[in-house]
Parts: sequence; C-alpha cells; structure tokens
Amino acid sequence: MADLTRLTAAELAGRIHAREVSAVEVAQAHLDRIAAVDPAVHAFLHVDAEGALAAARAVDETLAAGRPPASPLAGVPLALKDVFTTEGVPTTCGSKILDGWLPPYDATVTRRLKQAGIVVLGKTNMDEFAMGSSTENSAYGPTRNPWNPERIPGGSGGGSAAALAAFQAPLAIGTDTGGSIRQPGAVTGTVGVKPTYGGVSRYGLVAFSSSLDQGGPCARTVLDAALLHEVIGGHDPLDSTSIDAPVPPVVAAARQGAAGDLSGVRVGVVTELDGEGYQPGVLSAFHAAVEQLRALGAEVVKVSCPHFDYGLSAYYLIAPSECSSNLARFDAMRYGLREGDDGTHSAEEVMTLTREAGFGPEVKRRIMLGTYALSAGYYDAYYGQAQKVRTLIARDFAAAYEKVDVLVSPTTPTTAFRIGEKVDDPLAMYRSDLCTIPANLAGNAAMSVPCGLAEEDGLPVGLQIMAPTMQDHRMYRVAAAYEVARDAAEGGPLIHRVPELPATVGRGVEEVAR
Amino acid sequence: MTATAELMDFADVVERFDPVLGLEVHVELSTATKMFCGCANAFGAEPNTQVCPTCLGLPGSLPVVNGTAVESAIRIGLALNCEIAQWCRFARKNYFYPDMPKNFQTSQYDEPIAVNGHLDVVLEDGAVFRVGIERAHMEEDTGKSLHVGGATGRIRGAEHSLLDYNRAGVPLIEIVTKPIVGAGERAPEVARAYVTALRDLLRALRVSDVRMDQGSLRCDANVSLMPTGSTEFGTRTETKNVNSLRSVERAVRYEMCRQAAVLAAGEKIVQETRHFDEATGSTSPGRRKETAEDYRYFPEPDLVPIAPSREWVEQLRTTLPELPWERRKRAQEQWGLSDAELRDLVNAGALELVAETVEAGAAPGEARSWWVSYLAQQANTRGVELADLPITPEQVARVVTLVAEGTLTNKLARQVVDGVLDGEGGPDEVVEKRGLKVVSDDSALLAAVDEALAANPDVAEKIRGGKVAAAGAIVGAVMKATKGQADAKRVRELILERCAQ
Amino acid sequence: MPAISRDEVAHLARLARLAVTAEELDVFAGQLDDILQAVARVGEVAADDIPPTSHAVPLTNVFREDVVRPGLSQQQALSGAPRAEDGRFRVPRILGEE
Ligand SMILES: [Mg+2]
Ligand SMILES: [Zn+2]
Repeated sequence: MADLTRLTAAELAGRIHAREVSAVEVAQAHLDRIAAVDPAVHAFLHVDAEGALAAARAVDETLAAGRPPASPLAGVPLALKDVFTTEGVPTTCGSKILDGWLPPYDATVTRRLKQAGIVVLGKTNMDEFAMGSSTENSAYGPTRNPWNPERIPGGSGGGSAAALAAFQAPLAIGTDTGGSIRQPGAVTGTVGVKPTYGGVSRYGLVAFSSSLDQGGPCARTVLDAALLHEVIGGHDPLDSTSIDAPVPPVVAAARQGAAGDLSGVRVGVVTELDGEGYQPGVLSAFHAAVEQLRALGAEVVKVSCPHFDYGLSAYYLIAPSECSSNLARFDAMRYGLREGDDGTHSAEEVMTLTREAGFGPEVKRRIMLGTYALSAGYYDAYYGQAQKVRTLIARDFAAAYEKVDVLVSPTTPTTAFRIGEKVDDPLAMYRSDLCTIPANLAGNAAMSVPCGLAEEDGLPVGLQIMAPTMQDHRMYRVAAAYEVARDAAEGGPLIHRVPELPATVGRGVEEVAR
Repeated sequence: MTATAELMDFADVVERFDPVLGLEVHVELSTATKMFCGCANAFGAEPNTQVCPTCLGLPGSLPVVNGTAVESAIRIGLALNCEIAQWCRFARKNYFYPDMPKNFQTSQYDEPIAVNGHLDVVLEDGAVFRVGIERAHMEEDTGKSLHVGGATGRIRGAEHSLLDYNRAGVPLIEIVTKPIVGAGERAPEVARAYVTALRDLLRALRVSDVRMDQGSLRCDANVSLMPTGSTEFGTRTETKNVNSLRSVERAVRYEMCRQAAVLAAGEKIVQETRHFDEATGSTSPGRRKETAEDYRYFPEPDLVPIAPSREWVEQLRTTLPELPWERRKRAQEQWGLSDAELRDLVNAGALELVAETVEAGAAPGEARSWWVSYLAQQANTRGVELADLPITPEQVARVVTLVAEGTLTNKLARQVVDGVLDGEGGPDEVVEKRGLKVVSDDSALLAAVDEALAANPDVAEKIRGGKVAAAGAIVGAVMKATKGQADAKRVRELILERCAQ
Repeated sequence: MPAISRDEVAHLARLARLAVTAEELDVFAGQLDDILQAVARVGEVAADDIPPTSHAVPLTNVFREDVVRPGLSQQQALSGAPRAEDGRFRVPRILGEE
C-alpha cells in the first residue's frame, strides 16, 4: 500500500469510507510518522495517541455498521493548534503560564471536529499566545521548517504548518490574527486559509486579539482546506461575533476552480504590496503566479490600496491593546501557574511574580505596548487613531472590490528566515505580516497557496488571495485553478519536493509527546 | 488621618456649607441567568456551582448578552425618564482583582444604554424633590471573597482568601445621579428618599429583588461640600458599603459633619473611597491607591453593539408600571386611606408590599395592618428594612387567608409569621410543623370542655345556675389545654350548650 | 526624543502586573520606544471625520435567551485551581502589608 501519510485528506477519506483502509490504520500511520520525525521537527506539544485511536475506532465502527460517515472527512487525522481548548487534553498556547492546564471544556472548533469524525492527533506548537511570526516564541522550544531545519516554519501557527509539510498530518487547524495561518503556510509550501472574520467560531479559541483572531483550515491542497473549512465553519450562538449565515460554498468553488478556467474572474494586484522591500525570489515567484492566473483566463489589473501602508502600524496598536486585556486573566488565581505562594506574598504580588515568570518576552512586550496605547492620555493618538486607520483600510478594500473579484499579493515579503535571525529585532519580525494584516483589520477572507520556490534559496513562496467578507468561495476557486496549473507545470505538487527528514527509529509516541 | 477627626455640629454644617451629593446605585437584576452566560442567577447556592467557562473567565470563553437583561435596562431607563441610546456598546474596564475572573469588568463606559433622566422623590412632609439621573448602564457583578485568618475575618489581617464565583457575571444596572445640589439640610433625607423611591420603582418594575441586605441593591454615596453661596464643587469622597436605607441617610450626614470639620480646620478633603460602619455610624478611609486608577476602557471586541429599535423601546414603554406617586394616589383612593395613613404606608416602605399582598388575595385593611404594624415591628427588631424581611407578600396574603378561613386565630397567625421569618418555610409548612392549626373539630373541643367542666365542678354549677359570665374561666382553661389553638368564641358556645343540657 | 521613558515602562509593568527585572526594563524601554516611534505613523493619516472601527463585522443586537444552560460542576470549576478549599478557590491574602 502507498504511504498513507503522503495522501491528501480527500484521498484518505475516500479510502476510509470505501473501507479500503481503516481509520485506525490511517491514524496509526500518522502517529508512527510523528514518532519518527517529530524529534527533528517539533511540530507537536502534545500527542494524544489514545484519543486519536479511540476516535478512529469509532469511525471504523460506524462504517462497519453500514452507517454513513459523519462528514466527508470522517476518519482523517488532524493536528490542532494548541490555542483551542480540548476537554481533558493539555492546552498551553505555547506558554509556561498554562503548563499542565487541562481545560474542562471543548472549543466549538474542537467539538465540530469531533462530531465530524475527524481524528485529532494532538496539539501543535505555536508562538506563545499566537504572538509571533516564527514559532520561536513558544515556551517549549521552536518548531523547525521541514524544508530546512535551520529555518523557521513561520508563526504563530508554525507547528500546524510544519506538521503538514512533514507529513505528520494531512489537515491542521490554525488561527490567524495578523497572518498566523497564511505566513506559515507560505514558508512551508502549504495551504492556509483565514476565513471571513465571524465565519469560524472563536468560542474556546484562547484570545490574543479578539477583533482580529480567526480560526481556519490548513492543508496541503486547496480542496482539503475547503473540506475542512466546511466542517469548522458556520454560526455558533456561543460567539456573539459569529455570522449567522450559511458557510460560503467553498468546496464547490474549489472543485469548480480545479477545472482550470478563470475566465470572467477579475484579479487585482495590490500595488502597495509589491516591489521594494521584498525578496527578489519572492517577487519573481509571485509575478509568475500572476501570469499563470492570466493564462487561466483571469483579467488582471493593478489596484491601489493606499492605506495598506499603515496596516502594520495600526495592527501593532490594536492587537497589543486587546491582548493586554485578554491576557489579564492569567493571574494565578483560578488556573495555571502560580509563583510565590509561600505565605509571605499577597495575591497581588503572587499575580505579578507569576506573570513575570509565566510569560515570555514577546508577550510581555505586547502587554506593555497595549497597556500604554490604551492608557489615559494616549488612547486617542494610538488606539483611537489605529481604529480609524482600520476604517480607511476597510474602505480601500471596498473600493478595490468594486473593480475586481479578488486581490492578490505575496503572502509574506521573504521566504523562511533563519532561526534566531530576528529574535532580538521585534520590528523586523513584525514585517513578516506586512501583507497579511490588512485582511485581518478589515475582516475579509484571505488565503495563501504555494506558488513555487524562490530561486535564491529554494524555499517555498506563497501567493496570497484575498476576497470580500463572506465571499470566501471566490478565493478558493482562484486558488484551486492556480494549484492545478502549477502542479501540471511543475510535474507534481510542490510539497512532494520537501527533503526527506531524518527519522528517529525506535522511539515511541509517548516519548515524543512533550 | 488628621488631628481634626471630629465632627461639626450638623446645624453649623448647613449654615456654613452647601452639600453636593452624587448617588450611585447598583441593582442586581432578577433574570433567570447571568449577564453574559447561561448560568443560573440565584442567591445562596453552594460555592462555585453556578459557574461556566465564561463567568469563570476560563481561557477561550466568550460572552453573549442576555436579552432579558437589556430589556430590563431599557425599562429602568424609561421609568427614570431617560433617553434610550439608539446605539451603544459594552466596554472593558481593566483592573486586577481576584474576585474578577477576567481582570476586567465588562461594563458600559461612554455609551450607556440610558441617559439624562430624573426621578421625583417625595420627602417626609410631602415635598417633592427632583433628582436628575445622569445615566443607567449595564455591567456584571464580581465574585465573592471570604477572608480567612486574622482576628476579624475581614480583609485586613486575613491570612488568605477563598473565592466563590457564583455571583460573578450576575447582571447589574448602575444608576448614577447628576450632582444633587440645593438639598441643604435635607440632603441626608433626600439621599434616603431617593434610594427608597428608586427601590420602590424597581420593585414595581419587577426587575430586581431590591434586597439591600443581600446586596441586590447597593448604594455608594458621593458627598462634597462647598461654602454656602459658592457654585464650585468641593473635593468629594465616595462612601461604600451603605447597605440599608437608614445607613444612606446616616452616611451622608456623617460625611457632611466630618468634611465640614476638616474644611473648618483649614485642611483639605482627600479624594478617597470610604467605608461606612453600621455599628458606629461613621465612615473610615479605604485603601489609598498609590496611583490614580487608569482603567484603560476600550470597546468590548467580544460583543457587538446594541441598537434598540424605536419600536422595541416603545413596546417596552407600554410595559411600565404606574409612576410611584400616581400609584400612591390610586392606592389611597382604592384603599380609602387618610393622608396620614398613606404617608405612614409610604414612609414604612410598605406600599408596594401591601399592593402585592392585596394582589395575592388579601383584604387591603388586613394587608396594610400586617405590614405597618406587626411586620414593621419585626423589621425594626431585626434591624432590616421591611422589604428585606424574609417573607413575601404572597406569604402574608396566605396568612390573612388562613385567618379569614378560621384556620388561624390572630395570635396563631403571628406565630406562623414568626416561623416564616425564622426560615421554617412557607405559612402552610409552619402551620404543619409547629402544629398551629385552630382546633375547630367540635369533638376534640368538647372533650376539652368536658374535662375543664369536670375539673371545675363549682364553676360548672354556677354556669348551670345561669351565671353565664363564669364561663370565662372555663374558656381560659380550654384555651390553655389546647395551647391557644382553639377558637375562643366556639369554645364559649360549646360550654354554654353543655351546661344547658 | 524618546516616545517612552524607562520610568514609564516601569509604570506600565506595574499596571500590567509584571515583576520585570532592571535588566528587562532596559531592553523593553529601548524596544518599546522603537516600536512606538514606528507605529506612531497612524497619526499621519488625517482622520478627524473617520469613524473608528472596533468590530470587523457590522453586527448588532446579538442576544441570548434568558434560559439556564448547564455549566461546570464544582469539581470541574476547581479542577485547574492552584489551590482550593471548601469548594472555593484559595488565594493569598488580597491586601499587601500596609
Ligand atoms: Mg460600575
Ligand atoms: Zn457562567
């Protein structure tokens, strides 16, 4: 039998549902792969082998009883970013402050995955509380990029993206506040989708920046991402910002796009996200992708979004402000780490000592930045003004979408940089999200699809496709058409060009789990 | 603490200074669930049994607004003659405190749901004073801390604290007055009358239990003084922990006298939070903060704005009860009360209680008599407000009915009420448990009568001889034997019947 | 001119309940200053008549029915507590020495 870990989610689901292979075998194959390669990749913070096998068994039993699968992805394994709560399974958000916390409840996304019969293999590594673009801010050590272990896998969802690129899981879940799904997707040669804000429930997603956070699907193909999108998307009464409307028809759009015709589709190239400050290999791959879209029949035009230039600045005021408030609850009183409770310190002192010990430098930096931006006397100049810039960016998008159906840009200005290269230069690190941030600020849908390797370093480049609110299907259509054309031109999926990873022999899954 | 911690005589205070009051009342709504989650909103459950990820502030949890709480907020705003916002939001008020699970309170800040109203309050002598309402806004309550160790069981000196989050997230409406100026020497009375009127209004709206003793109605009193004739407000203090109507009046009066003494000595008032001590009737400073609080308010991103449609607001307006003074006039006419009787009823804070008792089936005279005499005495002895007595109007009405039916005598009825007040259950339960039913079974009474006649043959002889007045002694003996549970009139009839045979 | 001083950073750390070390304070002061100088760009945009956007999606009036939903048991509620006593969360004394 072919290596099960190399198949797409759609292919695996087909074989499982046809009972050519059992869900347990599929789960075991992936657990074995994790055991073999995760010591080198460190994509997982926790592997739940027992839970995964039990879920897989339940799918097999359903099928054996002649009942239909719970969803088109029933039995397919998935890697869940460690920012979603999982009842009884550790949830750390990559932070020491939540080390050992076992949530007493499931996130809505977790619940929907379970109800769909998806097999959750474990929890993936991330920048602490999703703050970062390299996964180096994890309290549990960095994740390595399967394309080159010296390089970052992007962040904050580096664990989820690396798990896909290392064939540890065919599906993953990420969250995207400023690019944390798309940028890791770009630098690992995988597909990452940030749905429309409000399209996927945030209930049980540990908040970084509430008005920007959005969970979404990660996969190795556009269709797989669409299939997962339909499982996790849709209205949730537990999230007040959840949109009460049907999930956009993303699977149908992906299938339509795969037919390879984009005639009638108007594609806008954002002039502000092109040119100076971008790695040459990124730009040439991006421009080639735009040409490919044109070749598929799309009408390509240049579109200016003048306020995008202020997006990064607005983001680094809004997100820290919200995080300074969201992370206040980590105070050692009700759950998580507690430091200094020796009878001599007051509650306030214990809070202060715990937060000092439990948070890493980037989290502290952003909490203080946000505390500053919200404080009396600075609010109007910083937070207030940033919220106005947000309005202007949304207006830029609205004006652009009067002319075009989707917008495109590189996903991130560079390919995967070296681990350690930017840790001491926050501003340089922040620039990784330059292109992805506008869609978060406006709440639009956006995704990254692999668009070749940069000529100078041979590392993956991502094409970002953006669509208006609740028009997620538009970008899936374009992405699927592009994916088919690129694979045909390159003679196969890009992801299969990932170098083979050093496998660790003879180590059990338990030892790999943190 | 300064050396001039004495008080100025109240008469001197009002001669030299004009008081300015600001009253902030927090009302816990009596919704079935909390403000932002589906946990039960009920007082007195086992600790941490009415909690969920949201009200415990667990990572990942999110709030969803209770629609009924919004409705109550709008109705309160309308009843206070406020404008209802066309569009408003919740904000986060950020500060760390262990009883607050998220370390921010979800509250309304610069966009309250109701603004700019007033409430007319009637003073003891019938004068009407209009209190301006600045705003009424929605927010959530905190959990409760229990301080363990140390001498007093209070926060000072405690070794550690224990937290119960059942109350965390309970819906609150905060009602803030505009500065109350011009009340002069009547300022303490106005403060009390305002809280009383507000409580009556909220009770009539049926949006809250308004139990000051249980904290479902809480008042913070801001007091400052300015020299008579001045228009520039002085530095204010905010007195918390004022948990009875009487305390509102006392706290305001105390602060006026204290501040006057400080100012007269040429010293400055410290802007601070003070705590009212029920036992001494005085206020003392709370913890001094080293820096001014900076709450870093910003719009709550987890909740979407509230934009009540004008149709909804108008529909809610139709659900408003009568205004308290209209209500009074109607009660006076319906129940045939003199002005003095009405005033007693209002001053006792009994009007709505009587009305509810009447509504529950009691005769107006009986209902009024219970509340203004026996229950008022009980409230006084127990040191609580009438409305805070642990007996409901329905229970009082039931007692009235039991008397009317002849199941209870008035004396027994008072024992039943005592039982209810002591937490023994509802009236019927107390009757059952204490065995307080009137003995109306003739055969049982006859046995007691015969026994008493037999035990007092000389008295029996007198009655048989036509000295009917002598029956009193036998009635007494029978009442004693039945522990007062017999209907004396019936006993007398039976004695006479027996002796006539 | 720096956007933020070392003292201000110390004040922010206190507000945010972070017991930062003197060494951290130096590093953070420099970094926060750099970041603030950069993000202050938002002020370049003339936006007096522009309404602020607090929510990406223009929803209003999302309400829940006032119906009790099952929550957590006391045991579940306390399951993550660093310390618990008598069904309650046990925390250090709330006031510092005065
Ligand atoms: Mg308040
Ligand atoms: Zn709750």
